[in-house]
Amino acid sequence: MSLLEMTDVSVGFATEDGLVRAVKGMSLSLAHAEILALCGESGCGKTVTAMSIPRLLPAETTRLSGSITLDGRDLTALSEAEMRDVRGKDVSVVFQEPMTSLNPSFTVGFQIGEVLRRHEDLSRAAARARAVDLLKLVGIPDPASRIKEYPHQLSGGMRQRVMIAIAVACSPRVLIADEPTTALDVTIQAGVLNIFRDLRDRLGTAIILITHDLGVVADIADRAIVMYAGRAVEAAPVEELYARPRHPYTVGLLNALPTAATAAGRRRLAEIPGMVPPPFTDPDACAFAPRCPRAEADCTAARPPLESHGASHLAACLHPVAAVRTGATP
Amino acid sequence: MSEPQARPKRAEAQRETHEPVLEVSGLVKHYAAGERGKVVRAVDGVSLTIGEGEVLGLVGESGSGKSTVGKCVLRLTEPTAGRIRLGGRDITHLSRRGMRSLRRDVHIVFQDPYSSLNPRFTVGRIVAEPLVRHGVARRSAAADRVTAMLGKVGLGPETRDRYPHELSGGQRQRVGLARSLILEPKLVVADEPVSALDVSVQASVLNLIADLQRDMGFSCLFITHDLSVVEFLADRIAVMYLGQIVETGPRDRLFAAPEHPYTQALLSAAPVPDPAEQRRRSRVVLGGDPPSPVRPPAGCRFHTRCPVAVDRCRTEPPDLMNRRLNGDHLTACHLVSSDSLPDARGTRA
Repeated sequence: MSLLEMTDVSVGFATEDGLVRAVKGMSLSLAHAEILALCGESGCGKTVTAMSIPRLLPAETTRLSGSITLDGRDLTALSEAEMRDVRGKDVSVVFQEPMTSLNPSFTVGFQIGEVLRRHEDLSRAAARARAVDLLKLVGIPDPASRIKEYPHQLSGGMRQRVMIAIAVACSPRVLIADEPTTALDVTIQAGVLNIFRDLRDRLGTAIILITHDLGVVADIADRAIVMYAGRAVEAAPVEELYARPRHPYTVGLLNALPTAATAAGRRRLAEIPGMVPPPFTDPDACAFAPRCPRAEADCTAARPPLESHGASHLAACLHPVAAVRTGATP
Repeated sequence: MSEPQARPKRAEAQRETHEPVLEVSGLVKHYAAGERGKVVRAVDGVSLTIGEGEVLGLVGESGSGKSTVGKCVLRLTEPTAGRIRLGGRDITHLSRRGMRSLRRDVHIVFQDPYSSLNPRFTVGRIVAEPLVRHGVARRSAAADRVTAMLGKVGLGPETRDRYPHELSGGQRQRVGLARSLILEPKLVVADEPVSALDVSVQASVLNLIADLQRDMGFSCLFITHDLSVVEFLADRIAVMYLGQIVETGPRDRLFAAPEHPYTQALLSAAPVPDPAEQRRRSRVVLGGDPPSPVRPPAGCRFHTRCPVAVDRCRTEPPDLMNRRLNGDHLTACHLVSSDSLPDARGTRA
C-alpha cells in the first residue's frame, strides 16, 4: 500500500467573483522513499494540491472535498489540533522563499529546536545538540557556531538548507518542497537537490516536489504528474514521460524549452498558442483543447478521462501523441 | 585587462567600417555598504564591446554584477571608474542634457512586467511616452506609430485602451518591448526579460525578441542567469563572477568547449530536461557559497570554490586574454593554455 493516497480531491476558494476552482478531482499516490514531481505552469493547481495535504490553505475560504490518507489515516477528518501534530512531524513543508519563511528575530538553532521541542518533547540542551546534527546533515559547515546566527547572517543557499533542516527535524514521512530551488542560483541548486536525494536515500523520506522547472524534475524525480487547469493531464515515471510524452500539453512544454530548440538546431522556439482558461468555469471538455494542435470535435464533447497508456503511464487525451519526441535520448 | 574583440560571422564585412555600438572599458562600480567604510565591489574592471546588430549574453549568478553593468551602460547609476562609449561617443560623464539624447539611443526591458508599467496609464499612453518625451511626436499624433509598434510585438490596436492590470504577464512584457523599441534605439539592454514568465509564455516572448532584433537590427545586451536562454538568443557570451568577466567568446564555442572552471561548473550545474542524459552526465558541484563582494578573495576570485585551483591562483589575479590561440575566445584562468585545459568535470557529483 502506498504511504499517501489522495483520492478525487477538489479545492475551491470562495472569492467575491465566485468560486475559484483551483483543483478538480486530483488523485495521486506516493510510495515510501519516492520523489514525485508536480509540474505545470502558474495557476495549474500544483501548489494547492500539495498544500491540501497538511491543510495549509486559508480555512475560511477553502472548500475541500475528497479524501487524503496517510498510512490509512484520513487527514481530512482531523481536527485542527490533531492536524498540528501531523504538521512538522508526519508531513512537513519547505517553502520557496527561505527569507520570508524564517523568523528574523530568532536564531537558527532556536527555530530548528522549536519543532523538536513541540513534537518530541526534547529539553533545550538536547534540542540544541540535535539542531547541530541537522545542520551537519544539510551540509552547513561549522554548525556549532552557525546555530547561534540569525537568518540575515546567512546566504540564500544556507537559509534554504536551514529550512530543510527544520522540515526534516522530526524525520517526516512526507516532505513537501514548493519550488525549493527556484530562488537559488544553479550552482547552489545542485547542492540542495543533492540534499533531497540524500534524505530520501538515508531516511526514506517521500518527497512531493512542486516545480515548474523540467530540468529539476529530470534531475531528481522518480515520477511526475503534469497538471493543467487544476487537473492531472499526464503521469508517468520520468524517463518514460520525457522519452514518450503522450499528452500534447506535456509535449508542448518540453518543446517550448530553449534547450529543445537549440538541440534540434531550430531558430524558433515551439510556442503553445492561446491562454490558460479562467478558473471559474469547468466545462465538460478537455481544458487544453482550445490550444491543442491535435484537438478534434470529440475533445470538446466530453472531458477525456485519465487512462492508461502503457505501464504506469496515464494521460487524459483522446488523441495522444504517438511518436517518440525528437531530441530525447531513447 | 584586454578587451574582447569578437566579431560574429553575421554582418562581419559591414562592421569593419563601423565602430562598435557599445564599448565598455575598465568599468568599475563600487557602492558604500552600511557603516565602517565598507565597499561593495559590484563591478571591478569589466570590458566588453557589442557590434552593430549583435546580441551579447551577459551571464552570471546573483551578486555577479551583471545587472550593475547594465545600469552603468544606461547611466542609471554613476560608474566609479572606466569608460563607456556608445556609437563612438563617450557617455561616461554626460550632463543631464546629454543624457536626454542618450535615452533615445539606449533602452531597457525590465525583468518584472508587473512593476515596470504605470498602472494608471493605458497601454497606448505607456508606449507613446518615449515619443512625447523626446519631442518626436505629439501625444495626438503618436497614435499611428503606437498602433504600428503594438502590431510588431503581436498586440492588436484594441490593446491601446487597456490598462496593465487587464493584461497577462506575456502581454505586459510585449508592452514593455513596444515602449523600449518605439524610438528605434541602437542598443537595448534586456535585464532578465523572461525570467518571470512561464515556459510557454517565455517561448513566445523569446521568439518575438529574436524576430524584432533581426528585423530592426538593434544591438542587445541580454542579461540573464539562464544559460539556455542565451544559448538560444545570443551571438556572443560573457560570463561574470564576483564583478569580473571570467570568460567570453562566440556562443557555439563557449558552449561546446568552455575553458574557465566556473563556466564549466555553471554549464554542468544547469539541469538538462532529459532524465536519461541528466543522470548519466558527470557534474561539478561547487563547494561553499560565493564570497562576499565586500571582501573578494585575493588572486583569482574563483579560487575559493574552484575544484582545480593551484597555489598561483590564490595570489595572482589572471588576466582575461586569449589563451589557446583561438581568436576571440578569452578566458581569465592561469590553467588554460594552448596545450591544456582545466577539467573541473573530472570531479564527479
